[in-house]
Amino acid sequence: MNGKHLSTQFDAELSGISSRVLEMGGLVESQVAQALYALTQFSGETATQVLRQEERVNQMEIEIDHDLSAIIARRQPTARDLRLLIAVSKTIANLERVGDEAARIARTVQRLINTGVSSRLRLPVSDLQFEADLAIAQLRKALDAFARLDTAKALEVLKQDDQIDQEFDGLLRKLITYMMEDPRTISSSIDLVFVAKAIERVGDHAKNLAEAIIYVVKGTDVRHTSVEAVENVVR
Amino acid sequence: MDRPVELPVTEKVKISVRDLNFYYGGFHALKRINLDIPEHKVTAFIGPSGCGKSTLLRTFNRMFELYPEQRAEGSISLDGENILKTKIDVSLIRAKIGMVFQKPTPFPMSIYDNIAFGVRLFEMLPRVEMDERVEWALKKSALWNEVKDKLDQSGASLSGGQQQRLCIARGIAIKPEVLLLDEPCSALDPISTGKIEELIHELKADYTVMIVTHNMQQAARCSDYTAYMYLGDLVEFGATSDVFMKPKKKDTEDYITGRFG
Repeated sequence: MNGKHLSTQFDAELSGISSRVLEMGGLVESQVAQALYALTQFSGETATQVLRQEERVNQMEIEIDHDLSAIIARRQPTARDLRLLIAVSKTIANLERVGDEAARIARTVQRLINTGVSSRLRLPVSDLQFEADLAIAQLRKALDAFARLDTAKALEVLKQDDQIDQEFDGLLRKLITYMMEDPRTISSSIDLVFVAKAIERVGDHAKNLAEAIIYVVKGTDVRHTSVEAVENVVR
Repeated sequence: MDRPVELPVTEKVKISVRDLNFYYGGFHALKRINLDIPEHKVTAFIGPSGCGKSTLLRTFNRMFELYPEQRAEGSISLDGENILKTKIDVSLIRAKIGMVFQKPTPFPMSIYDNIAFGVRLFEMLPRVEMDERVEWALKKSALWNEVKDKLDQSGASLSGGQQQRLCIARGIAIKPEVLLLDEPCSALDPISTGKIEELIHELKADYTVMIVTHNMQQAARCSDYTAYMYLGDLVEFGATSDVFMKPKKKDTEDYITGRFG
């Protein structure tokens, strides 16, 4: 944020809430990574850890929302400050959903382990890892862009979202092939389709974050617009 | 600004200011102001002390002519007629463009006469019609219910907020076309302020309202258009929602977000 407020307390409140958002972002990022680890290693213990973190993430969302309301009530923010707070409100909702997706993956892992399917599973788990790496990188980049209010980086996130979508489509085709070849894999393949979808959603949330950052800096709402149009706004 | 900001086509221009310069003796207080004020809308002027917003407001009814060392150059057209031309009778301009000041200024007379006084200067009304006019003005300024039983009491007996609404009633009683409000709420409590803001909202149906305020939230709450001024320049003019959400100039943003100084 360029320039300081006359009220240093207001500055402190804004930077405080921004760092809380980043903290929450770091938490859900590691949650997704752990959920994927649980999946690829069939680790029930890690899955349980992911679910436990879920509560912490939910709690953080509530706390940040509370601080946000307090700042709005006390400071009557305008222009860029107001846009930042609106963006924070949307960002934490997105991050909380990223946490939900991680929890969804963790629960799937638990189910796969409990039904004993994991041991004889020959499914493209490593492909899921690749999709997840892309999504986690996107999320990290979006959080970096948020920390520096860097629109160029936010634009990169928007441009790269396609990659995850393509990866998801590829995975879907692959899983359909598995199911056709061996109907016994249908049940667990469907589970993996949902995991792939969850990862793809993480990418979508990263994209939403990126759009919020452009809104803060440029004041233009770039949701539901083409990447080319966004490029014009950022430039 | 070299050229006025164009208003949306749906707006009718009530007052247009062109190349207005204003001097307090040797001091250049307004620098080439170009501005169109829309009819039946509230336009707020904001900016730090000394930015020229009150000076600008005072040029609209030639209030500055009371002081010989002050002069304005350029033009201010009300419905196409340049009111800065000295041929035009200043009292006729002030009948069209009323003004309310920062401090309530009730005349030392009864509540009734405070309002009737101005009307008598311009119109010879029979008693019944004058009563109606006083009642109308007091109702319009949301004061009637509080004073209807004590119209013969002194205007000074009212509270600050009531006095200010009395001044607004006096301002509108002569049925002006434009109402200038110079910090009308700065000496009032939040409830009186709320009442006056509500009143401003209602007045714009009949009048073009211009308000100078130090309270940015007040400008945000009750105006349709906002002008930000700094050191005698008009820095930015636009729809209030745009100015407060996404100002075009960084200077404006710094001021409204409190990064000024």
